Amino acid sequence: MVSIDIESAAVDFPIFDAKTRSLKKAVLGRAGGRIGTNSKVPIIEALHDISVSLRQGDRVALVGHNGAGKSTLLRLMAGIYEPTRGKARVLGKVAPVFDLAVGMDPEISGLDNILIRGLFLGMTRKQMEARVDDIAAFTELGDYLSMPLRTYSTGMRVRLALGVVTSIDPEILLLDEGIGAVDAEFLAKARIRLNELVERSGILVFASHSDEFLADLCDTAIWMDQGQIREHGPLREVLHHYKGRDVLAELESR
Amino acid sequence: MTTGDAAVAPPVAEEPGPRSWRRAFDDLRGGWRQRPLWGYLGWQDIKQRYRRSVLGPLWISITMGVIATAMGILYGALFHEPIQTFLPYVATGLLIWNFVSGCILEGSEVFIANEGLIRFLPAPLTLHVYRLVWRQTLFFLHNLIIWALLMIIFQQPVHWSSLLAVPAFAVLALNGAWIAVLAGIVATRFRDIPPIIGSLTQLLFFMTPIVWSYERLSSNPLAAYVELNPVMHFVEILREPLLGQDIVARHWIVAGVITVVGCGAALLCLRNYRARVAYWV
Repeated sequence: MVSIDIESAAVDFPIFDAKTRSLKKAVLGRAGGRIGTNSKVPIIEALHDISVSLRQGDRVALVGHNGAGKSTLLRLMAGIYEPTRGKARVLGKVAPVFDLAVGMDPEISGLDNILIRGLFLGMTRKQMEARVDDIAAFTELGDYLSMPLRTYSTGMRVRLALGVVTSIDPEILLLDEGIGAVDAEFLAKARIRLNELVERSGILVFASHSDEFLADLCDTAIWMDQGQIREHGPLREVLHHYKGRDVLAELESR
Repeated sequence: MTTGDAAVAPPVAEEPGPRSWRRAFDDLRGGWRQRPLWGYLGWQDIKQRYRRSVLGPLWISITMGVIATAMGILYGALFHEPIQTFLPYVATGLLIWNFVSGCILEGSEVFIANEGLIRFLPAPLTLHVYRLVWRQTLFFLHNLIIWALLMIIFQQPVHWSSLLAVPAFAVLALNGAWIAVLAGIVATRFRDIPPIIGSLTQLLFFMTPIVWSYERLSSNPLAAYVELNPVMHFVEILREPLLGQDIVARHWIVAGVITVVGCGAALLCLRNYRARVAYWV
């Protein structure tokens, strides 16, 4: 059973500056009672009033301007942030693909990095060992895989990260755009693998600014605006309202 | 589809909140289940430090051996102690101290240091704590080589009671874990904590009978104050069996009480602030 249920959830970030974050201020502030200076920590409401239910088979595009809360919503769905108010329940094995560089150790070999990344994504050691050949073939890195990661170019690192991520069997796949420095030929190849991965996964949530990618992978969409869900519905309608024109029709007519 | 799902899963409203015991214990269990991951990472941490060096992790043992020998000879001369018992005494005390201080010092930064992982990959918080204690355990085992060498060189007696070192180390590891959870969470919120803990730990080293022996002090009225140092009792429960000395029940009782109280405090902290750490790092 794979599902994501979020009920009127909010994510508030406390912003501690160098002063408020220290113990001194907390202790002195309490002892002296309320002294005019704002002893309260400023808060950024990254998300509020989020209610959404996703089920097996849902392919959701996440659109919105920068800072609208797309990434935060993805992290809420991943269970990294637990809502400060409201409830969130995620059932199923989550594979978040946010920052391809995180969890990669430059000092150890590509093969070791494949293993660690896989373990972090919830795979077992055995499962990863069975997939290593497949990943090696996909990344086309060959003998480089036994070299330390610091000898890799940016593009090679992205290949490695994509190779690992697309080889796993996630129940919930959360993609944040971050696929950049790869050459075009490889990107075409990655796309096929990405499509296969999406088909294997139960739920997909994909944040991107590329209409083409979204049209390829998703059928519904959530439009985020200022930390709230502005609209949740079929991809075509939501994109139409968000962009102010029928983007999908333009893509089809091409 | 919706009706089928409703039968399987209760409404979200009944889900335990972020501040619930169930979530805290789920975190502990989930972290423990990822043994292959932190086991591997712990090893990597050690190998990392000695990458491209010829002797590799053996340097841990060598460094330890050099420091223990130098300190043993110096303080042995200062306090007029016989070298064949004092050198193993200092070495054993030092290797236990290294484990304790490692857990305390790195424990206070355990979540700050793993900021990237915490913010980008969903994993139980305790995973980082297990990794830390495991890494310190590996350091300890490397240092144990020096202990074994000294015991052979100076032909110190080893009794059956030495087996008590195993449960004693387990108690130390458990305490390392709760300190890391507690100090780690508090230090993530209040960034002044790591330097405070750093200087306190330095002070503790001199307060703990490691380079000096407690018996020498026992005639002094100040001796009673040494007993107030909790670390002393932890050092003693492990050092006594390792050196084949008599086991003093008092140290075990104190260590046991601290373990229970500490674990309780750490669990409470984990329950209340576990979900906040991702916001604080």
